[in-house]
Amino acid sequence: MRPVLVLADHTATDRSVCRSTCALLTLARRLGPPMAVLCTPADAAGVARLGRFGATTVATSSRTELDEHPAAARVELLAHLARRTAPVAVLVASHRLGQEVAARLAARLGSGLVSDAVDVRLDAGGPVAVQSALLGAYRVESSVTRGTPVFTVRTDAVAPVAAPVEPVVERVDIGFPPGVRAVRRIARRPAGAGLHPDLATAAIVVAGGRGLGSQRSFGLVGALAEALRGTVGGSHTATELGWCDRRDQIDQLGTIIHPRLYLALGISGSVRHRAAMQHAETIVAIDRNPTAPIFDLADLGVVGDVHRVVPELLAEIRRRRATR
Amino acid sequence: MRVVVLVKHVPCALRGMGFGADHTLDRAARRGQLNEPDEYAVDQALQIALRRRDVQITAVTMGPAEAVGALRKALILGADEAVHVLDDRLHGSDALGTARVLAAAVGRLGFDLVLSGSASSDSGMSAVPAMVAELLGVPVLCFADLLRVREHKVEIGRDDGAGLQAFAVALPAVVSVTERCGEPRRPTLAATLDAHHKLLRTWSLADLGLADGDAGVATTVVRTVTARPGGAEHVVLADAPEVAAIRVADFLAAHQFL
Repeated sequence: MRPVLVLADHTATDRSVCRSTCALLTLARRLGPPMAVLCTPADAAGVARLGRFGATTVATSSRTELDEHPAAARVELLAHLARRTAPVAVLVASHRLGQEVAARLAARLGSGLVSDAVDVRLDAGGPVAVQSALLGAYRVESSVTRGTPVFTVRTDAVAPVAAPVEPVVERVDIGFPPGVRAVRRIARRPAGAGLHPDLATAAIVVAGGRGLGSQRSFGLVGALAEALRGTVGGSHTATELGWCDRRDQIDQLGTIIHPRLYLALGISGSVRHRAAMQHAETIVAIDRNPTAPIFDLADLGVVGDVHRVVPELLAEIRRRRATR
Repeated sequence: MRVVVLVKHVPCALRGMGFGADHTLDRAARRGQLNEPDEYAVDQALQIALRRRDVQITAVTMGPAEAVGALRKALILGADEAVHVLDDRLHGSDALGTARVLAAAVGRLGFDLVLSGSASSDSGMSAVPAMVAELLGVPVLCFADLLRVREHKVEIGRDDGAGLQAFAVALPAVVSVTERCGEPRRPTLAATLDAHHKLLRTWSLADLGLADGDAGVATTVVRTVTARPGGAEHVVLADAPEVAAIRVADFLAAHQFL
């Protein structure tokens, strides 16, 4: 039976298999027997976790190129496996590395790519990917007409469901062409190493507004930013009330930001504020007022009291860090 | 040094847009603009040109007749010339089809560095720069938050949430930049007026030698499009703060922020 290739992700710190991979395997099982492609040496815990979510085969390679030249080496490895096993589809998690790998793989194999799928199913004509288009207003179903379908999947929309099997571990021994080494990593700094980037270039921004109510409550913004290793900002109301520094003001007159994650605490989202933060990739808003305009922009909105939700969130983050 | 910037013409706002009978985005009713990350890419090209004498910046787009608006903006922002690939057969192209046409255009122009924005605001795919690099057979650096061009190489900085990384690659190469690489400067009135005199070329598939190839053939097909009147359900009511906190933590973990 033709397998479904699933590119496994592992955490940078302890090399354990990520939740996103378990979600991918859950979807992959609908298309065929999943073959997990693990880019580290296979350890018993990793293989067991992949098996628990239904990976019948675990293909591993321990070549150092996979760590030093992550994108190019993964493309080579997946292209090699795709040519050898003629898979039903290739599933990759939709983050930066995954998007690059999937795009290059599709171009190399001459096959169709569907990105940011929220669901995958099998149909008479082959695998079908479901996307959420135009700010979630439309549900679009697409299939691939040429070559091996390559899907990138937004795994946050998928709940991992276990289906234990005993996986077969297969060591893939391929030689990488010299082109793989074209991109060199010249520096690497782990997150949170005393790093406080400028608001305009920050990847994670936590901002507070009038809903926090007092200077003391504004400390929650700093605490959450600390926990997520982000940068603190404030709406114009917060700066006018003196809760935060004027150079941390996020609006048309202050700083326009483009973070990967924007967390708004007690900010209703005035026009001048929205103009400065609407370019954020992911927006999470917590506010008491359900009709606040910020919820129109938010990817995740929580209607509730900031003073109760944020301390709970801080505790939850601490718990997760401790148990990992 | 030849710098080619790939740009896209996108609708101004996505809210309230819909799909046409052939399942492509109905762009006719909407005013368009230059895709915002691409503005940053043009500006980064200009930054390189400020430090070197030999830089020639060419903006390239593929799209319907209205897409010329994006090229005009790129010329105002600092591109020296522009190429518009315009052909009726290209309507409904997918990412790979687009990448094939752009790679052919870039190959015909000749290049040392290809720049582009890291994603388009309408499709959000981020696939075309990597595909173009693969088709041209050159290395690619995607999602650059910081870009520095040295004599024979480029260096980028990238913040993926799990820490900062810096990569270097020898030219020629393709680089896609994010909106964090530096706010583009506002063009002067003189630059705006001067842009009208810059060269803007229109190429068809025949000009690129792709007329009888598979450039316009789509590799993906849309089966169905269904409207969801309420949009995505993404607001949770926090009757219990613990439940809301777990939802938010799950969301952050799934997006790799924890």
